[in-house]
Amino acid sequence: MIRFDNVSKSYPKQNRPALRDVSLEIEKGEFVFLVGSSGSGKSTFLRLLLREERASHGQVHVLGKDLSRLSNWKVPQMRRQLGTVFQDFRLLPNKTVSQNVAFALEVIGKPRGEIRKAVPQVLELVGLGGKEERMPGELSGGEQQRVAIARAFVNRPLLLIADEPTGNLDPQTSVGIMKLLDRINRTGTTVIMATHDQQIVDQMRKRVIELEQGRLVRDQSRGVYGYQH
Amino acid sequence: MRAQFVLSEIGVGLRRNLTMTFAVIVSVALSLALFGGSLLMREQVSTMKGYWYDKVNVSIFLCNKNDVESQPACAKGAVTDDQKKQIKADLEKMPVVQKVQFETADEAYKHYKEQFGKSSPIAGSLTPDQMQESFRVKLKDPSKYAVISSAFSQRPGVQEVQDQKTLLENLFNLLNGMNFAALGVMGLMLVVALMLIVNTVRVSAFSRRRETGIMRLVGASSFYIQIPFIMEAAFAGLLGAGFACVLLVCGQEFLVNNWLAHHIDVIQFIGWDAVLAKLPLVLAIGLLMPALAAFVALRKYLKV
Repeated sequence: MIRFDNVSKSYPKQNRPALRDVSLEIEKGEFVFLVGSSGSGKSTFLRLLLREERASHGQVHVLGKDLSRLSNWKVPQMRRQLGTVFQDFRLLPNKTVSQNVAFALEVIGKPRGEIRKAVPQVLELVGLGGKEERMPGELSGGEQQRVAIARAFVNRPLLLIADEPTGNLDPQTSVGIMKLLDRINRTGTTVIMATHDQQIVDQMRKRVIELEQGRLVRDQSRGVYGYQH
Repeated sequence: MRAQFVLSEIGVGLRRNLTMTFAVIVSVALSLALFGGSLLMREQVSTMKGYWYDKVNVSIFLCNKNDVESQPACAKGAVTDDQKKQIKADLEKMPVVQKVQFETADEAYKHYKEQFGKSSPIAGSLTPDQMQESFRVKLKDPSKYAVISSAFSQRPGVQEVQDQKTLLENLFNLLNGMNFAALGVMGLMLVVALMLIVNTVRVSAFSRRRETGIMRLVGASSFYIQIPFIMEAAFAGLLGAGFACVLLVCGQEFLVNNWLAHHIDVIQFIGWDAVLAKLPLVLAIGLLMPALAAFVALRKYLKV
């Protein structure tokens, strides 16, 4: 599903590379936590998966494709098989809940009939049935993140990338979001989640990948958050 | 591609940038109107050239009896038949001369009446014997005027050798100069229009960065992401080009047909066919140029 072969990434004008010689493999259907302090290279790791960046050295394979050889015009096709969720939700404030979710399908040219069927289905799945016509501003943070997850999942991606999805939420709401991500994972979707939330990582007991100063320092199945950072 | 979605995006974008869009429309309209006008002007000059250069070349005006007192060159008296014959024979011997035509005073009178009959205040009091006889000389190479001038200007019976081409050339140079000035202003307006478009796209891309960011993440193709911006610019450009066409049509109707044509008889003005033939070009440029500018600007301001 995902394979990193000796991947390094340095940004121009920065002495220290953001990622140094990282090699790992993630299988289909896994749930992986990506932990590490700020600046450890988590974001770069995710950006490489999305091909927002290209590796400076080594190869990144996602869904069987070598991203360094993937031509620019094929990137959108690749991204349609990924779902992405962020800490700040990134919803469109002037669209309703269901319009926000439908937007993701509209812009990749899905037929209207399919959109009309898929949107209520996914909103039901994330537990927002009945709130289709609400505006994002009227929803709680947890509900907004559910909308974002619905938007990421509506096209049934093979891989869901979550960048600190609970970073803006209180612990109780976070638990709800984690249950949702777990449910999505059980449908066969691979989930990679970058987080700082020790409690969640310790509770879930999933695979933990830890980065420190751009190096892979721990890769542990059924792991915990680790030492106090 | 869902047309309704794209159209609504364009509508939102244009309304959000109303003042900027308006500036784009005005500057595109003015630059394209100048562009069309200068094309028409050039066509006008070239039809005039074709019309006049065929008719005029070097004229050798001969003295008539009225000139004896008023013109120093004719002090020796009006031209005689022998002098005329001699001049004609000499002209026909010269290698640079292609054709010689003699214009009698009667013919000159007739031509004058044809050309200025309506507008000249003295036409009524003019009589054929006041007109000058002349040789109309067509040269193989029109620039060899000096040869004729030096050979004949001092001859008895010759009042003046006139290269009518130089007279016309002054006029055409003036018109061409005006044309270049118009093109220069057009170029400047065009640069302004393009910079406005680039800026509009930048503002537009910035104000829609949320949407485009999401589109990128969910895998919308770069074409799908860019097309609303490009269509926005193309739409504003087309609107500007439409105004430019209206200006050109109004110019032809009110300036040329209703005013110039009534006041200047000697010039054959270009007609509607010439004007209408330019409109598709103006519209095409108005559509494509802003679209291209937007496309280039997007490379810089919108990550896809």
